Amino acid sequence: METRLRSVLSDKELLRLYEQMVLSREFEESCAEQYTKGHITGFLHLYSGQEAVAVGATAALHQEDYILSAYREHAQAIVRGAEPRRVMAELFGKATGICKGKGGSMHLFAPALNFMGGYAIVGGQFPIAVGLAFASRYRQEDRVAACFFGDGAVNQGTFHEALNWARLWELPVLFICENNFYGIGTEVHRSSALASIFKRTCGYDIPSEKVDGMDVIAVYKAVKYAAEKVRETSRPYFIEAITYRFRGHSMADPAKYRSAAEHEVWKARDPIPGFAKRLLEEEIAGNEQLEDILAKARAKVEEAVRFAEASPWPEDEEVYNDIFV
Amino acid sequence: MTSSSEMTYRDALNLALKEEMHRDPSIVVFGEDVALYEGSFKVTRGLLAEFGEERVRDTPISENTIVGVAVGAAMGGLRPVAELMTVNFALLAMDQIINHMAKIRYMFGGQTFLPMVVRMPGGGGSQLGAQHSQSLESYFMHCPGLKVAYPATPADAKGLLKSAIRDNNPVIFLEHELLYNSKGEVPQDPEFLVPFGKANVMRQGKDVTIVGYARMSILALQAAAELEKEGIACEVIDLRTLNPLDMETVIASARTTGRAVVVEECWRTAGLGGDIAHRIHEACFESLLAPVKRVAGLDVPMPYSRKIEQLCIPRVETIVAAVKEVMR
Repeated sequence: METRLRSVLSDKELLRLYEQMVLSREFEESCAEQYTKGHITGFLHLYSGQEAVAVGATAALHQEDYILSAYREHAQAIVRGAEPRRVMAELFGKATGICKGKGGSMHLFAPALNFMGGYAIVGGQFPIAVGLAFASRYRQEDRVAACFFGDGAVNQGTFHEALNWARLWELPVLFICENNFYGIGTEVHRSSALASIFKRTCGYDIPSEKVDGMDVIAVYKAVKYAAEKVRETSRPYFIEAITYRFRGHSMADPAKYRSAAEHEVWKARDPIPGFAKRLLEEEIAGNEQLEDILAKARAKVEEAVRFAEASPWPEDEEVYNDIFV
Repeated sequence: MTSSSEMTYRDALNLALKEEMHRDPSIVVFGEDVALYEGSFKVTRGLLAEFGEERVRDTPISENTIVGVAVGAAMGGLRPVAELMTVNFALLAMDQIINHMAKIRYMFGGQTFLPMVVRMPGGGGSQLGAQHSQSLESYFMHCPGLKVAYPATPADAKGLLKSAIRDNNPVIFLEHELLYNSKGEVPQDPEFLVPFGKANVMRQGKDVTIVGYARMSILALQAAAELEKEGIACEVIDLRTLNPLDMETVIASARTTGRAVVVEECWRTAGLGGDIAHRIHEACFESLLAPVKRVAGLDVPMPYSRKIEQLCIPRVETIVAAVKEVMR
């Protein structure tokens, strides 16, 4: 039986989760459109389908907690508080972008929000999360370093090195695996000897659990519990969120390795209408209110596109800036 | 007047670490066997006893993660000094070094900085075989975003390491295994710093410029002493840091002498000496009396046997021969 929503969060907080999921989806779908128009170039990996993970997890963390992610990280940055217009401008390669147009889609960064980066080498963020957790503990800052990654990252050496190190040094790292079943086109069963990823952590004496990554409340509750455990014990914890990406790996991928039937099964579990239904059933919101949330998200994304379009390109001199302090 | 005392390159590095750790509590030292074992080359001797386990820590044998933890710690407000047991193992950490440490500031639009040092002993000549005798300085120098220091003398070992630790940028700090026992006068002043990007004219001479770094500069000095007996006056320039690279000093010298030899321990092909020689040619073409000559490591994996290993690394004789060639 599903949890009663009001037993978990206030109406306002619940609607906030909905708003963030809708904003993330609208942002990503707009990115797809802008990519098709040629305004966004390079690699573009969209998050549509996985929103419940970023939204549920971020809501369960403190603002002081660090968040790191891979290259499918627009939603994580925006949910953490990055302005959609500055993220869109980054994707357009404009000077007003969140990283001055130097990072692009895969390298968002907002240290003031403790969003410590999108990393585009699979598994590159693991050691960095451990280092941030070490600094936090050394400076007695009580921060958790929440490290997001995909199922494809768990066969990199850094995954094993970082899990071992985090447990050995007793560091506050929260590992959050977003298992969407595919590392580009390779299904998890074809890349991992033990496809049930959360079970791997027993080799490092790290507690772990599996959670429904299509259910924002389930993710919220699991991450809330895990983050508290991490704070309490100063030891790592591991969550595997089972989720699905509705689009291909990147815009260049038509995702022919997945069957239409499989796609349909997961589309039926879309976290956004699923959560909307619960909000309505439990009378937390009415239809009009939800439609209003969607309209506002669309307007915000449209404004972000206009801002990105109108923004200037980086100056040529900028190419030499920011190599060294 | 500041006093100085004679000490080894190893002890000078150790002194730099201790002085800096006393000065700044945000400095932490970690790496394989750096704490309890006091370092495989004993550069971290006494640090654990003096500063405790929170600041001086042994790590698992996970080189990529050693560098990555330093990156994260630096981003989180510390000044980590990580040790990789030897430069050869840095190849396991090249993802964190090249893709992360060197890129983070730039790709994140200058919103953060990485005040970190990765120390690594390197160089050949100890009969350690192909996998433990490499000179990879060109690899690091090639990548924008990394500062690279490689001291030749005990005084520079201290002064450059202190500068590296105080630098707000990521620094690859190379140490030559065959120099650890070398001795020299080292200033005792805890504020003694050797700035990056300022080459050291170790010896002045009017006939030929020899450019080196680390142990190559020491060999160049010995070659210069030999050549003096034959009436050839060599100017020996020790680069001290490979990034930033002080070409100004090199070019000024080459313009005066009209002749130059570049000595590098790394493999000749695509080695840093080719780049430096090219820069000299470009800047000094009019003043050069002979093409710039390179003395470099042989393009072979390092053999073990003493008899043939020595052929692979620049020696005093090969430097002397190169100088004579440019003097012809």
